[in-house]
Amino acid sequence: MRNIKDKRLIKIALVGQPNVGKSMLVNSISNSKLKVGNFSGVTVEKTQIEFEYKDYLFKITDLPGSYALNEYTIEEKVTKNYLEEANYDIILNVIDSTNLERNLYLTSELLVLDKKMVIALNMTDEAKKEGIEIDANQLSKIIGKPCVKTSAKEKSGISELIETLVNKYESQKFNTKLIFSDVIEEEIENIIKLFVDKRYLSDVHYREIAIKLLKEDKKTFLKFHDEPIWIELQPTLTEAFEHIYLHFGTKNLDDIFEDEKFAFAKGAVTETVKSKKLPEEKSITDKIDNILINKFVGLPIFLFLMWGLFQLTFELGNIPMDLIDAFFASLIDKTKEVFGNNELSSLIGDGVIAGVGAVILFLPNIVILFLGIALLETTGYMSRVAFLLDGFFHKFGLHGKSFIPLVTGFGCSVPAYMAARTLKNDRDRLLTLFIIGFMSCGARLPIYVLFTGAFFAGDNAGNILFLIYIAGALLGLIAAKVLKITVFKSEDEPFVMEMPKYRRPSSKLIWHTVSNQALMYLKKAGTYILAASVLIWFASNYPKHLEYEELMNVKIEKANSEEQRYELKSQIVLYNLENSYLGKIGKFSQPLFEPLGFDWKMTVALETGLAAKEIVVSTLGILYGLGDELDESSESLIEKIRNNIPFASAMAFIVFVMIYLPCLAASMVFAREAGGWKYLAYLFIFTTTTAWVLSFITYNAVVFLV
Amino acid sequence: MKLSEIQKGGCGKIIKINSDSILKSRFSSFGITRGATVYIIQQTMSKNTIEIRVKNTSIALRISEAELIEVEQIQCEI
Repeated sequence: MRNIKDKRLIKIALVGQPNVGKSMLVNSISNSKLKVGNFSGVTVEKTQIEFEYKDYLFKITDLPGSYALNEYTIEEKVTKNYLEEANYDIILNVIDSTNLERNLYLTSELLVLDKKMVIALNMTDEAKKEGIEIDANQLSKIIGKPCVKTSAKEKSGISELIETLVNKYESQKFNTKLIFSDVIEEEIENIIKLFVDKRYLSDVHYREIAIKLLKEDKKTFLKFHDEPIWIELQPTLTEAFEHIYLHFGTKNLDDIFEDEKFAFAKGAVTETVKSKKLPEEKSITDKIDNILINKFVGLPIFLFLMWGLFQLTFELGNIPMDLIDAFFASLIDKTKEVFGNNELSSLIGDGVIAGVGAVILFLPNIVILFLGIALLETTGYMSRVAFLLDGFFHKFGLHGKSFIPLVTGFGCSVPAYMAARTLKNDRDRLLTLFIIGFMSCGARLPIYVLFTGAFFAGDNAGNILFLIYIAGALLGLIAAKVLKITVFKSEDEPFVMEMPKYRRPSSKLIWHTVSNQALMYLKKAGTYILAASVLIWFASNYPKHLEYEELMNVKIEKANSEEQRYELKSQIVLYNLENSYLGKIGKFSQPLFEPLGFDWKMTVALETGLAAKEIVVSTLGILYGLGDELDESSESLIEKIRNNIPFASAMAFIVFVMIYLPCLAASMVFAREAGGWKYLAYLFIFTTTTAWVLSFITYNAVVFLV
Repeated sequence: MKLSEIQKGGCGKIIKINSDSILKSRFSSFGITRGATVYIIQQTMSKNTIEIRVKNTSIALRISEAELIEVEQIQCEI
């Protein structure tokens, strides 16, 4: 066996239109973990996959799905830049066989790049069902690039595809055969002739430069503008343009080349596709769509599904919660038994286990929620919802497509911020980015579950939870309208969106998505939250006040009754907590939150929540749990919250949590996506102010009403 | 006649697209080009958004975008 170092590296750029099963194809090639969705633009990030095959090491870069290379969306910009500038060996163009003509449009643009290329005719299984048959050999001849029939779902054609890639890598590159109409070909020839005559030095193919010049590509013109050849090039180009204008009867070059691309795609399809007319029968997608996007029942069905998801999250998620809760409680007791009653056992028990346990407690809820969102994404239902909601969203200055980042925001703000890249217009995108935080992310769920569990009866808790999410979303819409009128005034972005066919989600992909997210959540619990728990434990236990404790201990010994002793012990605990570092921070900033009815413990919990929302629960757990040893019965965290926090303050707390910044990680991503730290500062001021004001109103309203 | 004026269930053939070149190339990457046949499949209740089918692809459009597309109504079966 050879080492990896001896293997030859094949770098592949994976390109395709959205929803052609690109990510799924890679998944079946290399068994890699990748997020795959049925909605346009789920693969926003550039993802790389490596695997070995025989003597080769494949490095595949999965580029964002693009309908064309015309910089319409940020994703298309990313793809275009990568294809033009990055260093790779082969383009692997994945095509949806059921939609050959539209897909070949992109292919015709890829051919202009003049690189080695292999085409995967994916989804052959679906094409077969629809009675579409493609002559792959004939298509290979027309395009001049090998075409391989594949089906990611049935895992057919995969090994053939890999072999083709290897052959392509080892073989000599041919000149690309993308042929334009005679008129344009003639002008290309003229320009190339000038380059040849001048012996112009270029690492790019003459033909490619000529085509770019004829297409009025800005970058190419900029480059030539400073070169001596420009003087001779200019007349040639002027003449070329005149000829072309005359022939096509228009001066719009975009239109001309658009027509050319389609002529190519259409020609290729007529020569290679045999479409058997199946008996007129509505496709399954049409049948489902008749119900799901029906103008009367479509929206109610969507709302019902969402309501069901949250009910399920709460009801089903609660079953294992009790077990987990009991497990960690006994673990804390065991720890104290083993290590005795000292600093170490307090650190491990009250700090580490209590903190991390409080986070793991909510894993079941989070898994269910993520599962629901993953299902919505991969089945294709998400774009139907965007269709249904665009009219409504538009009224608030948002785009139907804003829906995807916003719903993703219910899972986690980090991918949501990244999903906003599908929006083309910068202002629309910024607006969406600003209100994603209003969609309560999964990490806030534990806080809501804790508080609704503490203050509402079991039957009601699920409804209240749903209400919290809906209220957050509505607030977000109002905020969007306000921002649109005041800050982000702009033209509306056009709404043109593909509605992919409904697909049965592959259980493997769903499993990958959900388990990845669950793992990420746990990883956060194991690292970030572990560290934060230790820090909070330390800050709430130190500095020690030995003199005061001695003084009090003397008093305790002198005390007559059990009751007095209990009273004095409580005083020690309270004194220690209030004079700890955490207590001091909380008390220092508490005046700010006084009008909202928060005590210093809640204040501290909110502040630690800036790092991550899960920490709010663990902080509360630690702060309200420290007096534990005093009590005969160990209360659950829910009971402690119920007994220590007034109802009005609790409601104000929920409102505050709904609105303020999600977490440190999300803030970083936000700054990156919005394009600067100043936006993060704006976001911080905007959300914190809104949170404070609404929380203040809630507190006073509840105090007044109850 | 504009695409926005065709009712659900009807269809038309595109004669002209009156948009800027950015949106036009977006349209064409979806297959919405001169000469293509468009079926109106679905409308939302507020008629703000329509679903159309062009060459085996279903596309959602806002009515304001559909107004930019000039069509001639033709007879067809979906």
